[in-house]
Amino acid sequence: MKTAVVLCLLLLSLGASAWDDDDERRWRQLNLELRCLVCQNQSIADSHAPLAEDLRAQVRQMIEAGRSDNEIRHYMTERYGDFVLYRPPFKPTTWLLWLGPALMLGVAVLVVARIRRRPTSKPVAGNDEAAVQALLKEVERE
Amino acid sequence: MKRLKFAFPLVLVAALVVVLGRGLSLDPRKVDSPLIGKPAPAFSLPTLAGDQPLSHETLAQQVSLLNVWASWCVACRAEHDILVALGKRDDVHLFGLNYKDNADDATQWLRQHGNPYIASAHDLAGLVGIDWGVYGVPETFVIDKRGIVRAKHIGPLTWPYVNQELLPLLRALEAEPS
Repeated sequence: MKTAVVLCLLLLSLGASAWDDDDERRWRQLNLELRCLVCQNQSIADSHAPLAEDLRAQVRQMIEAGRSDNEIRHYMTERYGDFVLYRPPFKPTTWLLWLGPALMLGVAVLVVARIRRRPTSKPVAGNDEAAVQALLKEVERE
Repeated sequence: MKRLKFAFPLVLVAALVVVLGRGLSLDPRKVDSPLIGKPAPAFSLPTLAGDQPLSHETLAQQVSLLNVWASWCVACRAEHDILVALGKRDDVHLFGLNYKDNADDATQWLRQHGNPYIASAHDLAGLVGIDWGVYGVPETFVIDKRGIVRAKHIGPLTWPYVNQELLPLLRALEAEPS
């Protein structure tokens, strides 16, 4: 009986603290989303900087402690600012960043539409061979 | 109307040049700290000297500077003479945060180059550094009398920065009610 209880508790504690595939997937995903501020064009997943190592460990600890992805992102932005996120939040200072591409596409569509609507040059009326020859001669003379 | 149409792309290009030109002149390594205007992150760490632990409460007792340094940090050597000069002034309260450093190396470094700090907290694991958003040593924080972070300088201190910005800021903060 005693052994059964101990075994049960052991299994329970294992279940609570075990690092499962889902945790691993979340950890990897978060590491990819967080910028390493030491080598700014790398995520903390890619970087070998000591700070990136520390931050990876920190993210891991927070996942183990049962914190949500958003809580972890908030923890990082509280300390390093939005710059630490590779996917910046949508807010007034980033409106242009998020909407810029759509805005440019809109402008491009408008420009193309205007160009297409412009009338093309009128063709020479009829098939007047004599008129064409006269014009050519005029050009030659000049 | 025709003239306007002609000018439109020019205006667009000019605007783009201004925006991108401004972007070029910014230093991407200097990221604004989200801590400014917020209470100094709580910590309590042993000091290098091994006496009373240093905490955020110690910093809040007066207008303080917290300089993040390490003996392995080459740029820290570059600003050290400035720190030594600041440490000698009565109106500057300079504390250190020794970041991810070996205590013996750090103590030796201070003995060799001079110790300008009232005390240096020893953050071996770098966890306090994370709470303060440290990403490049040296960094210098200004904390006011109420324990609010008021400024952060990233990289080595320079005399122009100290004379034109830091010292005037310290004077202004000193005049604020506590």
